[in-house]
Amino acid sequence: MILKSKLFGTTYQFKDIVDVFAKANEEKSGDRLAGITAGSAEERVAARMVVANLTLEDIRNNPVVPYEEDEVTRIIQDSVNKRIFGQIKNWTVQELREWILDENTTGEDIIRISRGLTAEMISAVTKLMSNLDLIYGARKIRISAHCNTTIGLEGTLSARLQPNHPTDDPDGIVASVMEGLTYGIGDAVIGLNPVDDSAESVGRILRKFEEIKNKWEIPTQICVLAHVTDQMEAIRRGAPTDLIFQSIAGSEKGNTAFGISGGLIEEARQLALSDGTATGPNVMYFETGQGSELSSNAHHGVDQLTMEARCYGFAKKYQPFLVNTVVGFIGPEYLYDSKQVIRAGLEDHFMGKLTGIPMGVDACYTNHMKADQNDIENLSVLLSAAGCNFFMGIPHGDDVMLNYQTTGYHETPTLRELLNLKPIKPFEEWMMKMGFIDEKGKMTSKAGDASVFLK
Amino acid sequence: MVNDQDLKSLVATIVKQMMNEDTVANVNPAAETAAAQQSASSEEQDACLPDITELDLKKELLVPNPYDREGYLKMKERTPARIGVWRAGPRYKTMTSLRFRADHAAAQDAVFSYVSEDLVKKLNLVPIETLCKDKDEYLTRPDLGRQFSDETVNFMKVRVRSPKVQIVVGDGLSSAAIEANAADIIPALKQGLKMYGIEVGDILFVKHCRVPSMDVIGEATDADVVCLLVGERPGLVTAESMSAYIAYKPTVDMPEARRTVVSNIHKGGTPAVEAGAHISELIKSMLDKKTSGIDLKL
Repeated sequence: MILKSKLFGTTYQFKDIVDVFAKANEEKSGDRLAGITAGSAEERVAARMVVANLTLEDIRNNPVVPYEEDEVTRIIQDSVNKRIFGQIKNWTVQELREWILDENTTGEDIIRISRGLTAEMISAVTKLMSNLDLIYGARKIRISAHCNTTIGLEGTLSARLQPNHPTDDPDGIVASVMEGLTYGIGDAVIGLNPVDDSAESVGRILRKFEEIKNKWEIPTQICVLAHVTDQMEAIRRGAPTDLIFQSIAGSEKGNTAFGISGGLIEEARQLALSDGTATGPNVMYFETGQGSELSSNAHHGVDQLTMEARCYGFAKKYQPFLVNTVVGFIGPEYLYDSKQVIRAGLEDHFMGKLTGIPMGVDACYTNHMKADQNDIENLSVLLSAAGCNFFMGIPHGDDVMLNYQTTGYHETPTLRELLNLKPIKPFEEWMMKMGFIDEKGKMTSKAGDASVFLK
Repeated sequence: MVNDQDLKSLVATIVKQMMNEDTVANVNPAAETAAAQQSASSEEQDACLPDITELDLKKELLVPNPYDREGYLKMKERTPARIGVWRAGPRYKTMTSLRFRADHAAAQDAVFSYVSEDLVKKLNLVPIETLCKDKDEYLTRPDLGRQFSDETVNFMKVRVRSPKVQIVVGDGLSSAAIEANAADIIPALKQGLKMYGIEVGDILFVKHCRVPSMDVIGEATDADVVCLLVGERPGLVTAESMSAYIAYKPTVDMPEARRTVVSNIHKGGTPAVEAGAHISELIKSMLDKKTSGIDLKL
């Protein structure tokens, strides 16, 4: 394993894989905050030179957090298919990159090889990808999953309906749900971030969602994004849910900070399968985001891109229906501006797909970042071209509960029209039945009128 | 109330008036404008488009022919979410998108601007600053926003000695929150504490302030209770929201659970005067029970 490279006559020596991985990243304020970035632009390229020439075996043998210390490492390492890994272990990272981009390599090929990859290999190849590489590579890979409907099929673009409310007022939440549905939002899931995490409140909102779903015969999924333990308690008390949600991290320590472990997630999944309302088999919903490990001091000195890749390796074990990175939520100390958010969004989406999970993106920003609505509109076009499974949908892009901005009800229909994408088929048929779109998929005068549900 | 229809008719009226008074035909646009300016009556010169930020979004329904207008307006009453905004094709209406950008502009300005020195002087605050050298460093280095130089720590030790209550004002993520609330909350807080026989000494103002800076202040001043009034990260609904973080004998690296928080202090949430009274009660209770945060059972 060579950890030394030369550029313009200057020699750069890197300490180990963790060191060279951090220095090879595109610039991110979070890596800077962690004190692990390259000292210069040239050193960044020198680090990439080293990464390009590492073999997949070098990387497998040097997980960034030791196997003995960390559950996430164990889950990822234990899930590697030995036969497939054996076929590719002598590939260098640059060979992996060029194989993914090769015109003769299909999505099916990539999904197969993916079973021989660890999160660190996925992070490594991502460091060598330009933005357009990330789009092109991700576009080949389709990962679908089934809960009540099937997400992620070729030619589809879905949206989570996020009807958040500052006090969880059920009527206020329902108002946002109704309007979102008329825009064709909600085929991924109708999912609320609650203010009140208690099982009682979670159950109350789930029952409300269930009532709407049944009354209007909407082919979709419902979920309330409280802490996993609160959702489990709500289910045990009889609340109906299709999906169980949880935020996850790329290290055991990070997951401990979230109050979870692999065992707990599996217990939740079993509960959703036995007592939930979904057809399945995919009944989990996970959210991630670069920088969350550093924010809980659980990053082990590792760069945020690699920790993010490890989230996906962890997620894969629990066969999720939805995974999305919340890419601009964490703040400028981790992703400084629109350039870093757009880069991270493309990286996360590509890494999720290469891991083999059904990936969506919350393309968003907070008000203390140097980003605005134009930037996330740009990102949403790039991600749609990359074959992203779903975005968020919020009234006018303004989340009145979490106080950040994301994609609005108007973005998904625009992107669908621009790029010739459709909602999930049964949901599209439901929209036609309700008269929100005509038989050609064009919006009607009912699209945008929530009061049609007041019948 | 402005919608596209109103705006269009307003523009049409202005243009019509200009046409009537300016009889010169076929002039170039610049000359036309100049002529219009010269000949316009003072009423027209004073004409101003309405302030879209004064619109109550909850009462504005832009869906042209809703199935149930009354029902829709009732739905809107139940949420501050921007619903009933209609569309231009699949895109937003011009006015709702300008309102959104106006609210975002206010939020950004609140983050990236500074509390005026005039306000600091007017309120007799004692200004200090953390180790951040500018806004950029403040936003990207939360670790520096909670530390002070040795000189500043020594200054605090000399200037403020073992007060019962140390009040601190910090810019945080919204200078607008401090500009909007500080002048109201400080007298209310002082008055409330006075009723419990607690006097307040010098109030500190921290530039580039993160919440844990109050722990350093607690150690330096040896105060029994530190109360930090700090600007919250702004949302689009308001950029003027302030929080109070209060702790009994705070120490550096103490668990977050030892802080008591009163958030959402702004005119649409808990008004500053009311919050001041509430906080003085909390402080009194902390002094009596010698604890704060989750251990403070009220």
